[in-house]
Amino acid sequence: MVDPAHAMDANDTFDETALLARLRSREDAAFDALVELAMPRMLSVARKMMPTDADAEDAVQDAFLSAFRSLDRFDGRSKLTTWLHQITVNACLMRLRSRRRRPEKSIESLLPEFLPDGHQKISQRPWHAGRSDGIEEGEVRVLVREKLEEMPEAYRVVIVLRDIEGLSTEETAAVLMVTVDTVRTRLHRSRQALKTLLEPFFTEARP
Amino acid sequence: MSQSRDITCKELIDFLADYVDQLLPVDQRRDFDAHLELCPSCMNYLDAYKKTIAIGKTAFAATDDPARSKAPEGLLRAVKNARRHAVR
Repeated sequence: MVDPAHAMDANDTFDETALLARLRSREDAAFDALVELAMPRMLSVARKMMPTDADAEDAVQDAFLSAFRSLDRFDGRSKLTTWLHQITVNACLMRLRSRRRRPEKSIESLLPEFLPDGHQKISQRPWHAGRSDGIEEGEVRVLVREKLEEMPEAYRVVIVLRDIEGLSTEETAAVLMVTVDTVRTRLHRSRQALKTLLEPFFTEARP
Repeated sequence: MSQSRDITCKELIDFLADYVDQLLPVDQRRDFDAHLELCPSCMNYLDAYKKTIAIGKTAFAATDDPARSKAPEGLLRAVKNARRHAVR
């Protein structure tokens, strides 16, 4: 029987060094403990990136197999949890890319436009709050998922990891293997694009 | 204390993420606040930008539901078994 607590310290945090040593000794119990400890978090990320729960579970399975195969190459410079996060994101991206048939739309048309003097080309209307104005929580969930699907992958992933999954800018950069500045730029553009896509559902129709 | 500077809507919106994440220096933040007081369109943009972030979080909150945070037994078993065959 696996005891995941064996891999946790007194503060109930992941004792990565101890677990890693046991993994490198090829202890079956250590691999089982890793699976039990890491899977909920990996599934949570995958469910945000993949269209269905079944797709998310497939991606997590891919991610674990990839992690087991490359464990000897894990150099310990990042946290084990960050490394697994990165592998999960990559497993999701691989599956999404293999099924994507149509070319992605550019994000440029979803960004605000300005006049030569720096004023906004189109004046922004106020948003209403959403749920209290008749849009149910379940509908919002479906809507946001649909709209995120319309965005280019490089932008969608940043908004999922940073704003929805709650990683820091630095963690997001490490997972995606890009610079912190790239994450900041993409995050801002992603939020602007998602705002444009959601706008018709949260503003009154323009007369 | 440096003098405040008039900024354009473009400057404000280009750096809105830094404003929302409170990464701007005090002087620049003051210039942004001054612009927002006078520009309803940018104030609406800021409000919609913040709501977009909040709506995204709410939309996916169900995936972090404690009832769903436990990994499915079948998947745990499948991964453990696959590991035993893959890593020898």
